[in-house]
Order: sequence, then C-alpha cells, then structure tokens
Amino acid sequence: MSLPKDLLLSMYECMALIRAFEEACVQLYMEKEIRGSFHPCVGQEATAVGACFAINPDDYLTCTYRGHGACIAKGIDVNAAMAEMLGRKTGVSKGKGGSMHWTDPSIGLLGENAIVAAGVPIAAGAALSAQLDGNGRVALTIFGDGAINQGVFHEALNMAQLWKLPLILLCENNFYAEMTPLAKSNPLAQVADRAKGYNMRAVVVDGNDVCAVYEAVREAAQLARTGEGPTFIEARTYRLLGHMIGDSESYRTKEEVAAWRERDPIKRLRAHLAQAEGVTDAEFDAIHARVNRQIEAAVQFAKASPYPDPEEAYTDFWI
Amino acid sequence: MRELTYTQALREALTEEMERDPNIILMGEDIGAYGGVFRVTEGLLARFGPERVRDTPISEAGFIGMGVGLAMTGKRPVPELMFMDFALVAADSIWNQAAKMRAMSGGRVKVPMVIRAQQGGGRGNGAQHSQSFEALFTHIPGFKVVLPATPADAKGLLKSALRDDNPVMFIEHKLLYNTKGPVPDGEYTIPLGVADVKREGSDLTIVSYSRQLLFALEAAETLQQEHGISAEVIDLRCTVPMDVATIVQSLRKTHRLLITHESHASCGVGAEIAMRVMETAFDELDAPIVRVAGLDVPIHVSKTLEEVVLPQPSAIVRGALRLMRG
Ligand SMILES: Cc1ncc(C[n+]2csc(CCOP(=O)(O)OP(=O)(O)O)c2C)c(N)n1
Ligand SMILES: [Mg+2]
Repeated sequence: MSLPKDLLLSMYECMALIRAFEEACVQLYMEKEIRGSFHPCVGQEATAVGACFAINPDDYLTCTYRGHGACIAKGIDVNAAMAEMLGRKTGVSKGKGGSMHWTDPSIGLLGENAIVAAGVPIAAGAALSAQLDGNGRVALTIFGDGAINQGVFHEALNMAQLWKLPLILLCENNFYAEMTPLAKSNPLAQVADRAKGYNMRAVVVDGNDVCAVYEAVREAAQLARTGEGPTFIEARTYRLLGHMIGDSESYRTKEEVAAWRERDPIKRLRAHLAQAEGVTDAEFDAIHARVNRQIEAAVQFAKASPYPDPEEAYTDFWI
Repeated sequence: MRELTYTQALREALTEEMERDPNIILMGEDIGAYGGVFRVTEGLLARFGPERVRDTPISEAGFIGMGVGLAMTGKRPVPELMFMDFALVAADSIWNQAAKMRAMSGGRVKVPMVIRAQQGGGRGNGAQHSQSFEALFTHIPGFKVVLPATPADAKGLLKSALRDDNPVMFIEHKLLYNTKGPVPDGEYTIPLGVADVKREGSDLTIVSYSRQLLFALEAAETLQQEHGISAEVIDLRCTVPMDVATIVQSLRKTHRLLITHESHASCGVGAEIAMRVMETAFDELDAPIVRVAGLDVPIHVSKTLEEVVLPQPSAIVRGALRLMRG
C-alpha cells in the first residue's frame, strides 16, 4: 500500500459511503420502502473503489445489479441514487430503473445491468467508440464470476482482443453465482484463465485490497490508452451479505463468512491508514460522521421526493 | 424516372447517409471485403474503410450488444443480421438492452441503432432461414419497425431510419433484392410510420407490406381482370409506428378489409391491425375482416410444401372473394 495518503483517505471515505448506503438500503428494504430487487455489495467495496478511482471521470463504465459501489465511486449523485431506490421522480432514472439500472452518461456510466454479462459487450462498444474517436478514453466493465459462462462474455472478449479495444474487464470473483459455488459452474483452475483462450492479458488481484485493485486497473488503463488492448482482471472478493435480501445462505458456512469478515476491506484499509499513516480514531470518527450525515440526508431527500406521476409511464421512451 | 433494384436503392441510401454522417458505422458478417451475401454493402468498404464497414466474427449477440454501447456513446451503428432468424441468437442484446435502455434510464441515454436484416421465405431456405419476425418487434416495445416493399421506399425509409434517434429494425426481404422499380433522383426521405396507398380501389381494402405487398398487387389485378372487383391496396411500410388512420380512411370508402402477411397468422401483425380497426372504425365494416397469412407451422423446404405454408396471390384472391360474399 504505497499510494498517497490523500488518495487512500478519499478511497476510505468512498468505501465507507458505499457501505453506509447499502446498509441504509437493507433497512429501507425491510421497511418496504424499497421494492423489487436489491443486491447489496457489502464486502466488495474495495474492488469497486479501487477500480473506479483508477480511471478518469470521462471514461466509460458498465456494471451489474451489484454495482452500487462502482456507481458511487464513479461519482453518481447519492441523493438521486437513493431516490431511485425508493422509486421516486427525483431518482437518477426518474424511478423507472430502480436498483439494477442506475445510468448516468454525465459520469460515463452506461448502466448497471440486470442481465448477467450484458454489460460486457456494451462496454466493448463504448471502447470501440473511444477507439474510433481517438479520444484516449477507456471502458471499464465490472461483472461477476457467473458472467464468465455467458455467451456474450465470450463474444465480447474475442472481439475486444481482435480489435485491441481500450477495454478493462474486471471480474468481481466473489466465489458464488447466486447460490452456486464457483467450482460447480466451471472447470477452470482460476477465473482469469478464461482470458487465455482469447490471447488476452490477465492478472489476478486481491479484491479486498483497494490498492492492489487500483494499481491493476491503472496499469490496464494505461495499456488500453496506448493501444495495447484489453486486460482481464480477476479480483477475488466476497459478499458479506446474501445474494439478495432474504437469501437463506444455506450454501455457505458461518465460519466461511466469519473468515471473510476478518478480511473486510474497510477494516483492512483502516488498519493500514492507522499504522502506516498515523490516522487517528478521531479522524476516522469524523469521516464516518460525514458519511452518515450524507446518507441520512439522502434518505431524507428520497423520502421527501414525490413518486412519478402516472403520465410518466409514457415518457422518456420514444424520441 | 430511373430504375434501380432494391439492392441498389439500399446501397444508395447507405452511401448517401454515410457521406452525410461520419458517425454511421456498419458492422456484420461478410459485409466488408465480400460485400454482403446479398451484395447490399458492395463497394462500401473501399469507399469508407474498415473502421466504418466492419467485418465481424459470427457473434450476433456480441456485436449488437456492442452496437448498444456505440449508440450510447454518440455513434450510429448499423449492425446487420445476415438472416432475420439469427435475431433469436441476439435476443437479449436486441430486446433486453437496445429496446429498453432509454426507458430504464429515465431518458438519460438514447440508442440510435438501425439493425438491418433480410427475412422471408419463397426460396427453399427452410425453417431456420425463412422466418419473418416483424410481429416480435412489434410486440415488444422499443423498436420502430420498417418493411419496405419497393426500391423507392427502401431508399427513402432507410435514409429516415438512419436519422432516427430510436432503435430501428429495418427489415428487407430476400426475394425483393433483385426487384426493380423507379427511384427518384436526388435527395429524398420517407417518414417512418406513414402508410402508402399503392393502388386505388373502391370495393375492398387490402393491407400488406414487404414482399407480400407485391402479391397483394398481383391479386388486386386478378380481382379486377377476372372478377370485376376493385381493390385498394395499402402498403403499411412500418408496423411501428402503425398508421391505422390511412387504413380507416380507405375503409370509409370500401367498408371491407383484408389483411395479408407472409408471417405466421397467430398473434401476427394482422391480428393487431384488425383489433385497432375494431377499436377505431368498427362501424365502417360491412363484413368480418379476412386474414390471409402464413400457416402456423415451420416453413418447409420443398416447393410444394413451402407454397402451402406461405400465402400465395391465389389465396389473397380467394380471401377477397370470401370477403365480398360476407
Ligand atoms: C442471463 C441471466 N441469467 C440468470 C440471471 C439470474 N441471476 C441473477 S444474479 C445471478 C448470479 C450471477 O452471479 P455472478 O455473476 O457471480 O455475480 P454476483 O451476483 O455474485 O455479483 C443470476 C444467475 C440473470 N440475471 N441473467
Ligand atoms: Mg459471484
């Protein structure tokens, strides 16, 4: 962990913000303020933050229904994101997309996606767009370990490598696809080996180490920007909550979850900052207080926002 | 007026629009170096280069998904499905992605993508290379759906499609490529969603589109020559948006409606037209609406069987006679 202290502190704050956002949503889901699907990314914050801090504001991003962390790290407006969770008119997508479809082109966010792997070719298209324009942008696509078994994933990797697209493929390997353990869904020794079949550069990183993710994505972005083509990054991480709210988690042991709690990425970064950079408890308290205020304000904003008018069912569709 | 084939008219539209708008990018299988298996894109690689006329691997889902990403970032991709049947391979990219992006984002993004495909039977290509999917595209909201029947319409409608900011499914017919017709000189476009009266008549209204429109015109001629019946033939041209007003206007004169399309009858576009006419102009109808459409079975190869499955001009004539008795 040799990144500048300021950067580490802002990454820490962003991870804390994501954690608080997701925990607030769990609560709101229980209170039935949030309806439909919600897939918390608690435990995976380092991957999202490390990756999105390593690219530029105008670089493109696609992610998945578990993408709140990445969207927040890319700079989505937290009030609008919370309002979207509550189906309000002031939401990022005016209440039409919900938890799984946050989209904001002003920060390069071309959408979370509710279809496993569908964001991968979309990001490849954005990368092709950047390549054609020669504007030096890259596209980052974040997807799960389950996505590597989908057809479009393979088609996109093939074309990305064939055309040397400025694309970063970041697999958040949390070792489960819904309830299916990784070893039961594919025969690979490691997820990153998928890239071999496409002659694509691949690296494996500790996804709970925000600096490792940051370094890997920054290097991949540099290569992509200089015409070296795509990189596949496997970031090993773990979701500390169920696949969705109400998941019985019968497919994993309490011991396994407890062991990963020990490797909680926020705790880890905090320990490092305290030891190596001398950040005090008071300073951490200040960060968390700020984050909590921000989330409380977001919840208040969302709850105070109106629901969309019925007529809006017909708008924002045809041009 | 000069005559062009349907293929030449399409190529002219692509060429003119690509000259006009550098963001238009063609992508598909064998469209570049080979010129397209139906020759529509012949010569375009030499003219516009491999970045804008991109040969792709056989990855329909992948390259249409990439089309969505291109469209969301300022390009106007034109992915080509070599056969419409392959839309099923790319179904997610088409219907879960392209068709929904704008709505799901609350209008924050747009997807100006034109998918080109050729469809239809009559050539013995069998059940996986002869299907017509306009009903699928009409059923699932998100795409404008265009089905030109003549070279002039093919050019004018394609030019409009390439300027539209919505996803457009542009459906050609494999047996129309070599047909010839007058095409105006110079710049023109035809708006999407406006039907065209291709033959005027007074006794009944026949609504059709794509290649079946030619069968409808042939049947109308037979009805006139052999039965003294005057049929008005309307070319719907687009199933989304659907121009029901032009049909109703014709019914005010004829009061009898026959709908014919090559694709399967069940839940087809004909059923939708009939319902909309019921809703808006039931009182104009003097007889039950007649539908002449493809049988609800897969499309067989042998000529004798394929001609049973796909509605021939003679079937339209029989349907019209039934309608006139009704
Ligand atoms: C094409 C498709 N099939 C199935 C699903 C249902 N589904 C939602 S999430 C999921 C698991 C995906 O696992 P992974 O890619 O590892 O992502 P994670 O949820 O672990 O972040 C499945 C099967 C879906 N959304 N899309
Ligand atoms: Mg997973």
